Amino acid sequence: MVEEENIRVVRCGGSELNFRRAVFSADSKYIFCVSGDFVKVYSTVTEECVHILHGHRNLVTGIQLNPNNHLQLYSCSLDGTIKLWDYIDGILIKTFIVGCKLHALFTLAQAEDSVFVIVNKEKPDIFQLVSVKLSKSSSQEVEAKELSFVLDYINQSPKCIAFGNEGVYVAAVREFYLSVYFFKKKTTSRFTLSSSRNKKHAKNNFTCVACHPTEDCIASGHMDGKIRLWRNFYDDKKYTYTCLHWHHDMVMDLAFSVTGTSLLSGGRESVLVEWRDATEKNKEFLPRLGATIEHISVSPAGDLFCTSHSDNKIIIIHRNLEASAVIQGLVKDRSIFTGLMIDPRTKALVLNGKPGHLQFYSLQNDKQLYNLDIIQQEYINDYGLIQIELTKAAFGCFGNWLATVEQRQEKETELELQMKLWMYNKKTQGFILNTKINMPHEDCITALCFCNAEKSEQPTLVTASKDGYFKVWILTDDSDIYKKAVGWTCDFVGSYHKYQATNCCFSEDGSLLAVSFEEIVTIWDSVTWELKCTFCQRAGKIRHLCFGRLTCSKYLLGATENGILCCWNLLSCALEWNAKLNVRVMEPDPNSENIAAISQSSVGSDLFVFKPSEPRPLYIQKGISREEVQWGVFVPRDVPESFTSEAYQWLNRSQFYFLTKSQSLLTFSTKSPEEKLTPTSKQLLAEESLPTTPFYFILGKHRQQQDEKLNETLENELVQLPLTENIPAISELLHTPAHVLPSAAFLCSMFVNSLLLSKETKSAKEIPEDVDMEEEKESEDSDEENDFTEKVQDTSNTGLGEDIIHQLSKSEEKELRKFRKIDYSWIAAL
Amino acid sequence: MAGYKPVAIQTYPILGEKITQDTLYWNNYKTPVQIKEFGAVSKVDFSPQPPYNYAVTASSRIHIYGRYSQEPIKTFSRFKDTAYCATFRQDGRLLVAGSEDGGVQLFDISGRAPLRQFEGHTKAVHTVDFTADKYHVVSGADDYTVKLWDIPNSKEILTFKEHSDYVRCGCASKLNPDLFITGSYDHTVKMFDARTSESVLSVEHGQPVESVLLFPSGGLLVSAGGRYVKVWDMLKGGQLLVSLKNHHKTVTCLCLSSSGQRLLSGSLDRKVKVYSTTSYKVVHSFDYAASILSLALAHEDETIVVGMTNGILSVKHRKSEAKKESLPRRRRPAYRTFIKGKNYMKQRDDILINRPAKKHLELYDRDLKHFRISKALDRVLDVMQDSDFFLCCFPTCTIKTPEITVSIIKELNRRGVLANALAGRDEKEISHVLNFLIRNLSQPRFAPVLINAAEIIIDIYLPVIGQSPVVDKKFLLLQGLVEKEIDYQRELLETLGMMDMLFATMRRKEGTSVLGHTSDGFPENKKIES
Repeated sequence: MVEEENIRVVRCGGSELNFRRAVFSADSKYIFCVSGDFVKVYSTVTEECVHILHGHRNLVTGIQLNPNNHLQLYSCSLDGTIKLWDYIDGILIKTFIVGCKLHALFTLAQAEDSVFVIVNKEKPDIFQLVSVKLSKSSSQEVEAKELSFVLDYINQSPKCIAFGNEGVYVAAVREFYLSVYFFKKKTTSRFTLSSSRNKKHAKNNFTCVACHPTEDCIASGHMDGKIRLWRNFYDDKKYTYTCLHWHHDMVMDLAFSVTGTSLLSGGRESVLVEWRDATEKNKEFLPRLGATIEHISVSPAGDLFCTSHSDNKIIIIHRNLEASAVIQGLVKDRSIFTGLMIDPRTKALVLNGKPGHLQFYSLQNDKQLYNLDIIQQEYINDYGLIQIELTKAAFGCFGNWLATVEQRQEKETELELQMKLWMYNKKTQGFILNTKINMPHEDCITALCFCNAEKSEQPTLVTASKDGYFKVWILTDDSDIYKKAVGWTCDFVGSYHKYQATNCCFSEDGSLLAVSFEEIVTIWDSVTWELKCTFCQRAGKIRHLCFGRLTCSKYLLGATENGILCCWNLLSCALEWNAKLNVRVMEPDPNSENIAAISQSSVGSDLFVFKPSEPRPLYIQKGISREEVQWGVFVPRDVPESFTSEAYQWLNRSQFYFLTKSQSLLTFSTKSPEEKLTPTSKQLLAEESLPTTPFYFILGKHRQQQDEKLNETLENELVQLPLTENIPAISELLHTPAHVLPSAAFLCSMFVNSLLLSKETKSAKEIPEDVDMEEEKESEDSDEENDFTEKVQDTSNTGLGEDIIHQLSKSEEKELRKFRKIDYSWIAAL
Repeated sequence: MAGYKPVAIQTYPILGEKITQDTLYWNNYKTPVQIKEFGAVSKVDFSPQPPYNYAVTASSRIHIYGRYSQEPIKTFSRFKDTAYCATFRQDGRLLVAGSEDGGVQLFDISGRAPLRQFEGHTKAVHTVDFTADKYHVVSGADDYTVKLWDIPNSKEILTFKEHSDYVRCGCASKLNPDLFITGSYDHTVKMFDARTSESVLSVEHGQPVESVLLFPSGGLLVSAGGRYVKVWDMLKGGQLLVSLKNHHKTVTCLCLSSSGQRLLSGSLDRKVKVYSTTSYKVVHSFDYAASILSLALAHEDETIVVGMTNGILSVKHRKSEAKKESLPRRRRPAYRTFIKGKNYMKQRDDILINRPAKKHLELYDRDLKHFRISKALDRVLDVMQDSDFFLCCFPTCTIKTPEITVSIIKELNRRGVLANALAGRDEKEISHVLNFLIRNLSQPRFAPVLINAAEIIIDIYLPVIGQSPVVDKKFLLLQGLVEKEIDYQRELLETLGMMDMLFATMRRKEGTSVLGHTSDGFPENKKIES
């Protein structure tokens, strides 16, 4: 990094995928979902993120395919704009500025020039459905202020609006009534559930609505788990409804299949139910989807469904109810007990994931690597059930061991506690359960730490508990003549005047163990387990405890609940310094002496980075987050940065990530978030990895044979092709969609020139001889290009091939080069 | 998506001796048959040929016992003094024995008078053996000499005078007719070669050697003396391989199991230890009533015979295996049903569709998977429906594996449906649940789960108490149990208090207390209203 900007807090991945219904592309090859300020394009086959559509300045709240051009996508956002995208290339085509916050977006094939959005104009909680007329002007940014009002007093969620029967009517639900607006008659009918006023049936609020694609039938989901199918609603009096009841909890979303023969529903049970022919008897289930189903959507082709889940996951499901792909983001459904950890092997971020699981999340790719099932029990998702929670986890011995603690506390006296120790197996590349310890302590375990010293011959684990004891567990050889086995056993139990043990921490070399008992810090020798000394500052219970590292290893740091940060010198056994700081998070950097502390005040959270040897912080950043910061962690960098400025040096070798109360994962960076993200050059990835279906076997073979024939004839060029592709100018040209390129005549000379130059760099002498060959090659190239961009081709490129091939003079060449430079920047700006 | 995860059954470590395949093997013997001999049994030897009779040397007699006979089928009593070391020849037709008066006698199994008498030792002959070629006899005596005899002309061939104390044990190699080994009270074990006139190898055991044993391959030598059993590698020139000290009195006899995988040693401390010959760890141990002098294993370990100092011969026979086929087995599908289609080779155009293997689920898991909670609970309580006959005897599942029942109750509680599963039971069904509670409530490892269940039952069935005398009786039983438990816990706490006081009076050495502590009071259960 050469230039140094200010350090700022940036979001780093982990964005929500389940905020709105996902949308399939017309050919079911891609799936789109909103994700924070972006729209993400995933391949349905490979689960790979193909594009991220940047552009909105606030939360994206709705996406829909353009009904007139299924290669385009509309999105709306809270920033008051509707944007039109070319999703295959990830390019913004047009922006319509509406001006007010948009909460949802709907499109109709019948209403060609307008889309429907949900806005709240006057009061904050009154929402309206309006239609927005989109002008056809060709400019990039268009004002779209022409709003026409459709429905008032509607629910904010797009699940409560549905357009039915080819856009003849729109149905909206809110609380206890269903309103249907007929576009032709311009009238609204309102149906209230007869029993809605009855106290006994108070739970039958509407939660979602879906309309049959061809018939006059509206399906509505209710709080009590019922699905009602409304018919005959043209008449206010004679309307009828039938009930379908399987869900025992709220129906979260409904969707009709494309033909309308079946209805899909889902809820908290995490079971996708398919109702065939809208009858109660004919139903199919897809159980154990892992978490509450938030949204269901159906692909326009009808071959795929997808469900969005509360654990930030999208499951793509085949027509025959078989899950085919899972797109999993950072699971953020539940509160994080384990804190943030780094797996020493994969360098992945590890924290609570799905219920009972530990998730390994790659920070580089914003992708979940895998889930480790810790609790290994059937998960029953029911409201009010007390689940077994994974409360603590720690890695030890360079990732060879993982310790986890799970607990379930129903009443004060009934505590179920279990500690598990997992060993890393190199053969299976995963963790295998080694030891299970029932009730390792009488009360909750407050802290867990491994001795990570390099020279330690025996893995050691220390647990501290509220029952006033800390226990030392060691790995012992458990093998006999029948089997080889290792297991963990308790080696030592220590206590200090029956105070609750709150924290424990090993020094860097593993020779000392610090355990805090409420206000008192005790130091133990890790060889003999003798109490060496105690520190007490009478400044409240110790909340965090850590040893200094490297040159500062003689210091011990403790942060108390009364807002005092103390630093003790272990050589003199005296207080070195203390400071008034209400520390919420204190994390040592594994690669340096630095320690990061995040303090909490009424205004927000502040970051302090300091070395234990001196009380003056190296770096302060105020107001890193308005919320409470819950956890933080230093992540070692793969490639060290080289900040020269003293204030930023702490970021050289590690990066600091932290998690706020609303579970957004943030970090400090000097780069803008766009730069940070990995380049997504995997264009048309799905195209190349076609699945081998039976159809492929029938048709693909013919094609292969044809291809082979072609290949025989075009053998020469295939040899030549890689050469031409190496030239950046050509690849740039080929990968830019045709409709955004300038005219062919304009590009032609540049194109040719680039070819010439490439030859020149290899051997300048060959050029005159190769002219003829090159002519051929170029024409072939243009063919190739046509194949390549067939999908997006609007204008023809045929002019490119048969072009002037003449030797350019040096001055001309220079000019063209200049030209190319300009041109590049212009392309890059897209 | 992930399939159904079966209920985790809580496992508890089994206390006491670990069950291994060795303990199973060595415990699979019938109760021993005791045979009283006239004096201390100094040697037991099995005939290597069927019907595997064994010769027992005790006092001045040699008895030959058949495999299952408790009376001797033959007796050799032509000894003037104590007989020693009656040993069968490899073909089982000749028997040789030494005696206190220095004679060595050779008997035909069918005859009565000795075939040959080898005179030459001046003192008691404690060890005799046949060499591998069957035509020579080796003997060792208290006159410090080892002699090799020729059977056909009953002549002494060689005499070795290298030992400096009594020669008390020896054995001949089973492979080489010229090699034999003797152990002596001069603490050495020597290997002799008949082709040379002196010993070829000598190892220092360290104690008077009581018994020696050569492995069938001849590569390893085991010597016993004092409290030690030592294993020597002969191929490395008599290097000590391992020294075992597992007895606390003199080891008197050694024996190999028929597979050669296990070594047995008997000792004066009344124990027989079984070692693995790969790791030389003790894998099993037998106890006997008196000090053991001799030990022998029959062919295929069918019989263990141990002779003791009090003249008792203990004979243990292996239990017969063919007992398990008592119940008529249900006809299972044939083997070919399972391998059907498994070995089909994929042709060129075939598309292989793998059907995921169906996971086997226990019956209670199947019920839980389908949310049939009451049925799952019934299943683990093993309620025999509509059969009064079975009600008198207790169901098997609850007695043998209470941890499964408790785990299911715990699982139902976790799912929040325990009350539903327990509700709506008639007299018979609720008494099953109560029976289980009565039996297991006081076990500390089950108590937290079962107390919760008991409370729920009391809450549910409180309104109908008094309607059924059977159930009322069970409730009273439960109440008594809980009261007893509370008393017991109170006593424990009192004891703990007393111990605390004792500890407090002693000077505390460290700032830590490593005192084991019991749970602080049993959670008080609700009193049952009767």
